[in-house]
Amino acid sequence: MAKVSGAVVINEERCKGCNLCVVACPTDVLALKSKEVNDRGYHFAYPANEEACIGCASCAAVCPDGCIRVYRMVEK
Amino acid sequence: MTRQDIIKPENLVYEKPRLLNENHMHYCPGCSHGVVHRIIAELIEEMGLEEKAIGVAPVGCAVFAYKYIDIDWIEAAHGRAPAIATAAKRLNPENLVFTYQGDGDLAAIGTCETIHAANRGENIAIIFINNGIYGMTGGQMAPTTLEGMKTSTTPYGRRVDLNGYPLRITDIAAQLDGTCYVTRQAVHTPAAVRKAKAAIRQAFKNSMEGRGTSFVEIVSTCSSGWKMTPEAANKWMEEHMFEKYPLGELKNTVK
Repeated sequence: MAKVSGAVVINEERCKGCNLCVVACPTDVLALKSKEVNDRGYHFAYPANEEACIGCASCAAVCPDGCIRVYRMVEK
Repeated sequence: MTRQDIIKPENLVYEKPRLLNENHMHYCPGCSHGVVHRIIAELIEEMGLEEKAIGVAPVGCAVFAYKYIDIDWIEAAHGRAPAIATAAKRLNPENLVFTYQGDGDLAAIGTCETIHAANRGENIAIIFINNGIYGMTGGQMAPTTLEGMKTSTTPYGRRVDLNGYPLRITDIAAQLDGTCYVTRQAVHTPAAVRKAKAAIRQAFKNSMEGRGTSFVEIVSTCSSGWKMTPEAANKWMEEHMFEKYPLGELKNTVK
């Protein structure tokens, strides 16, 4: 079976740390930085468990600020 | 398979639409406005209407919509967006004209303009963000506030004997002969976002084809006004708002 792997790139400065992408992710890839903040003081999201990403773009669909770019690749 | 192998232009499946510019949106974290802005920008781009779209912004949180979506905008006086949109569409019938309004703008001070524009069947799309509260001014009670819901002007909850019932203005719009498409959507899950996008696409199409007024209500959250985290606000909306404002199509004469 073809293996689908994905990757997300987050615009950290645009992120407001609302946590909606973390909740929407079906494979628990994303998390919010617990200590680091961006220039505006938000705990931004990052791909904590990036191997699990399937590139479904659910996170990007619910992101209110359009911070997420999603890549998907199918290995044959 | 490393991250570098996957992150290549040919593998890109989703990116912020080009029309949604780089300005940081002033909305609170987790605000539904951002999602709806993004959907609108995506649709205008996909439909190739960049040069033809005219948006009419309300007074409310979305007052700065012109800063974030790179199309032509008109800023209307409080509640008067459908009246301005009427003029814009009648003078430029080949353009896409839509209004973007909140519940304080559309259902309170702008009730008259909304009802009459919809009743005349103006070929505009009305996008109505209903979060049951006046978000920008500090979380006061709106006509759409639920019974028992606490706001800064109803600290013990909305009382029906004192403040009346929540107004379902979308249901009223569905009764009017001028409307061709009336629907109620939400943007709290990826599936709901896709449905809302399809609804707004239909509304834009109706405006371009001159079929009458399209009315898309988006049941939204106001995490700051409701004093909840964005996640809890979505949950609260599912449990309480959807009971009074059930999602789905209310009217569609374009089939």
